Amino acid sequence: MRASIAARDLRVSYGTREVLHGLNFEVAHGETVVVIGGSGSGKSTLLRTLVGLEKPSSGAVHVKGVDITKASAREMDAIRKKIGLAFQGGALIGSLSVGENIALPLLEHTNLESTTIEVMVRIKLEQVGLSGYENYMPAELSGGMRKRAAFARALAMDPEILFFDEPSAGLDPITAAGIDELILDLKKAYSMTIVVVTHELASAFLIADRIILLDRGNIEAMGPVQEVRESRQPRVRQFLDRVADTTQDDDVDHLRRYTEGIR
Amino acid sequence: MQFVAEVGAGAERSVAYVGGLAQLFARSLRLLFVSPLKRSRMMERALHQAMAAGVGALPITSLITFFVGVIIALQGAYQLQHLGAIQLVASLVSISITRELGPLVTAIVVIGRSGSAFAAEIGTMRVTEELDALETMALDPVAFLVVPKFLAMAVMMPCLAIWADFMGVLGGCLFGVVSGNFTLGSYVIATRDAMVMHDLTSGIVKALVFGLIITAVGCQEGFSTGAGAEEVGRSTTSAVVISILLVILIDLVFTTLFYLARGTM
Repeated sequence: MRASIAARDLRVSYGTREVLHGLNFEVAHGETVVVIGGSGSGKSTLLRTLVGLEKPSSGAVHVKGVDITKASAREMDAIRKKIGLAFQGGALIGSLSVGENIALPLLEHTNLESTTIEVMVRIKLEQVGLSGYENYMPAELSGGMRKRAAFARALAMDPEILFFDEPSAGLDPITAAGIDELILDLKKAYSMTIVVVTHELASAFLIADRIILLDRGNIEAMGPVQEVRESRQPRVRQFLDRVADTTQDDDVDHLRRYTEGIR
Repeated sequence: MQFVAEVGAGAERSVAYVGGLAQLFARSLRLLFVSPLKRSRMMERALHQAMAAGVGALPITSLITFFVGVIIALQGAYQLQHLGAIQLVASLVSISITRELGPLVTAIVVIGRSGSAFAAEIGTMRVTEELDALETMALDPVAFLVVPKFLAMAVMMPCLAIWADFMGVLGGCLFGVVSGNFTLGSYVIATRDAMVMHDLTSGIVKALVFGLIITAVGCQEGFSTGAGAEEVGRSTTSAVVISILLVILIDLVFTTLFYLARGTM
């Protein structure tokens, strides 16, 4: 299968702190990969790196065959027109209505007639179950609606690759299930390459073709849903069985942490 | 020794900051001519900014510069009457307003209204990931947000300064007619005789530069906003304080240059 995304020895650092320690993986064309991991595992950083918002300290990321770590601004723009990213909080432009938000990439990057764009906006809103909301401002929408409006904007340019950052985080179970359904529908209808970052296990098992489990910046497990689910690796089991960290340092280390640097 | 090191580090930071402003301006200038975004849409956004930053500032700028005109006339007359030269009030008002106070008061009003708004707008967009969203949609935030602001301010600041000059002179005229033995006609003639074209143009040039500085600082502070709502407040305050400082500093430089070149103009 042709790889839509390929990461080779991908390392990302914030200052002197390395958060991703040499990741290697591929996402095939038309595949849905869900990246799961706890807070601070580096999954959001990974997503930001895959769309070019973070620069890796070393390694390569190929998106549609182009190494985005070395791409020029023009090449990067061309790649970005082929991808859609739905942010965790929606990240809709607050000064524009929902409809204007969805129309924005179309107005800037295509020469379509404004009436055609208007029709497209309505189609995208219908796809995410928000028909009739084009004139609402983002602040007037609930959290779940904002996320769906963000999906509609991510879909506006009919992207080849779709990224979702924590699509169901902070939503009630019914709305979260609706979002999962929506991703499954998109997957079926458009056979897009989809990368989802989440910490919701139920959602991950439902929508993924393959799962990547990130832990402290390393890939702890990677494979089809069933394979990851049945993994015997202790760290994977701990995450899947929701077992709290019990590693305690000895008493002396513990005391040292409180007193270190104090004179 | 520690003090010297701190002063040195502070100076280095200041130079780097001004360098950052120059870089933002240069990048915006390049994007104005070779923008990946549609020019017509950019002009629409610039027009929207011009309405908000320029036309929206007209009432308050008018009021303030009118009062400043009256104040200068009152203060001037207070001194000039001792010399029996109260008829010089018209020239005092017109020259101080057009060369100095018109552009300066306009700049301070615009800093309060628009410089702070630029920082708050971009800062909030940073916090809510809207800037990242723009980038992932292949919409360069500088081309999308900053270039229209520079364009709008480059046009509107000189226009506002000219209007402020007019309102300031009108304020002086009110005093001249009410208690300075002038008629409306004689005040206008005295103003016209006192001014040379250079008085007006030096003020307009200053206003243009002030506009560019206010935009660069507001946007730069917005982009440097960290995480959290508190940071938006910090960058807004910094935008106002730094803009006022830089505007006064640039004004000093310009006024000195104009003073030194007075013989040649």
